[in-house]
Amino acid sequence: MSTQTAPRNGLSQKQRRMISRPLQYLVLAGYLVFLAFPLLFLLSTSFKTSRELNSPVPQLLPESLEFTNYVSAIQTADLLTAGRNSLIVALATTVIVTLLSLPAAYALARFKTKLRGLATGWILLSQVFPFILIIIPLYIILQQIGLIDSLVGLVVVYAVWSLPFALWMLRGYVAGIPVDLEEAGAVDGASRPRILRTIVLPLLAPGLVATSLFTFISSWNEFFFALVLIQDPDLQTLPLTLARFIGAEGQVQLGQLAAASLLATIPSLVFFAIIQRRLTSGLLSGAVKG
Amino acid sequence: MSTNMASVSAPPERPIKRRKTRKSGGRDAWILVLPTLLPVVLFSIYPLAQGVLLGFTDARAGLNVEPTFNGLENYQELFGYDLFWESFQIGLIWAFSVTILQFFASLGLALLLNMDLRLRWLARTLVLIPWAIPPVIVAIMWRLMLDPSFGPVNQALGAVGLPDNINWLGDFSTALPAVIVVGVWSGMPQTTITLLAGIQSVQAELHEAAAIDGAGSWGRFIHVTLPALKPIIIAITTLDLIWNFNSFALVFVLTAGGPGGQTMLPMLFAYNEAFRYGEFGLASAMGNVMVVVIAIFLVVYLRAQTRERK
Repeated sequence: MSTQTAPRNGLSQKQRRMISRPLQYLVLAGYLVFLAFPLLFLLSTSFKTSRELNSPVPQLLPESLEFTNYVSAIQTADLLTAGRNSLIVALATTVIVTLLSLPAAYALARFKTKLRGLATGWILLSQVFPFILIIIPLYIILQQIGLIDSLVGLVVVYAVWSLPFALWMLRGYVAGIPVDLEEAGAVDGASRPRILRTIVLPLLAPGLVATSLFTFISSWNEFFFALVLIQDPDLQTLPLTLARFIGAEGQVQLGQLAAASLLATIPSLVFFAIIQRRLTSGLLSGAVKG
Repeated sequence: MSTNMASVSAPPERPIKRRKTRKSGGRDAWILVLPTLLPVVLFSIYPLAQGVLLGFTDARAGLNVEPTFNGLENYQELFGYDLFWESFQIGLIWAFSVTILQFFASLGLALLLNMDLRLRWLARTLVLIPWAIPPVIVAIMWRLMLDPSFGPVNQALGAVGLPDNINWLGDFSTALPAVIVVGVWSGMPQTTITLLAGIQSVQAELHEAAAIDGAGSWGRFIHVTLPALKPIIIAITTLDLIWNFNSFALVFVLTAGGPGGQTMLPMLFAYNEAFRYGEFGLASAMGNVMVVVIAIFLVVYLRAQTRERK
């Protein structure tokens, strides 16, 4: 018996679909409002003047699209310094992590050694450990070698703690390149460095880009380590400075805070736009093996 | 760091031998991994071990005296401390509520996104928004949303005739539920995308079998899709549970643990002990207690996974 056309509750499949379709769209719209509205509100706040923000009858939309908040956010010395610090730290971390994870990821994907089990264990461990256990000893160590309150110290910590995940991502990309290609190169008499440079590296390029972008974003967004390791206002990163702004309520210009928050989010938005399609497959394998 | 980089840019000049040696080439692997191993041991494995040990010492900030082992004294002190038990309870309530609510909300959304809807690509892109926003900015954004006077949440409540002067993050009864909602909001994209990917791969596999069965869409979901999704569901909820139990930045910026400790997650409690009161030993002990909780989650997870495989 086929249910395709069999009536149930006196309604055909087609009729039931006509009722459930609008309901599905309605529920989906509810979800999207819940997920997207806060960002839209932040956007709207970033265009409001302080008079509009203090008005007893707040409006959802700003009266006009003025960029004064953006201009003043960019001109505020604190935010400018913080942005520069974040950029330095994130770029340095990305370069170091990429250079360190490339050979290691290749080794983990291509060689069957005890290292693989160790690395997998380490990667899993790094995802589940409460960071309070690491930050206190790190704080003491960095204090001893004079790297507390220093961007270099922050880069060292970020590099080491972004490494496990970057390694995991990149290992997957290396494993996706057929070994046969490398063996064909070897049969032709190419040396290993040459094979790596002319065969492996070009095929790995998209994976390298995704991995380094991911590393960049995680250091750009990081808050906990920076909160503990950086006290000097001149060395604070963007998340620290923004969090401090909202902590000092009353004096803060909300419009400017919203504008600065949006500017700080742009790198992440661009990143997610780029890797959006890859996210699905990568995550699934991560979740199942994870 | 510079020496490490040098060894990366100049791998040993040696032609590749046959497949056999490549597969087992342990020495080559070690040479390639060494530059990574060194900083990892120095700045994560060593501090991690030290952190665990500090939980059994009387270490305090600012004192140059070598910390001495004091056995289980920290744990005695912790367990006699009301705030510890409250924080522990809040941590578990937070982790379980966020994980469970997030799971069901995400499952519903994933099922909707899996349907043949118009503008599906747009919906899928919008869903990712919370994921792309740094945690600190998520917190700032929601402080604006939940603001008692101009926040749109109260505005919307007022518009439909409900009480519209609720101080969501500042009131004892609403603070924890409010931060839980924000937690769900920020974690939904990842869970939704993972579940969506799972649903799609399951359906590709079981499409034919299900069609022959002739079950309705609800029946197919309950009897075919859901059981096949089980390994993914167990994995994603366990990870979410652990991540939520460990979370810090979001609630720190939203409420800093307030009002009156109502949202004092374990990490916030430990942070305060360490970096406000200088109690390094006690904070590390809290870390060790958290490790035990996480280990319990992981054991339950591994047992569930092995049962799945049988």
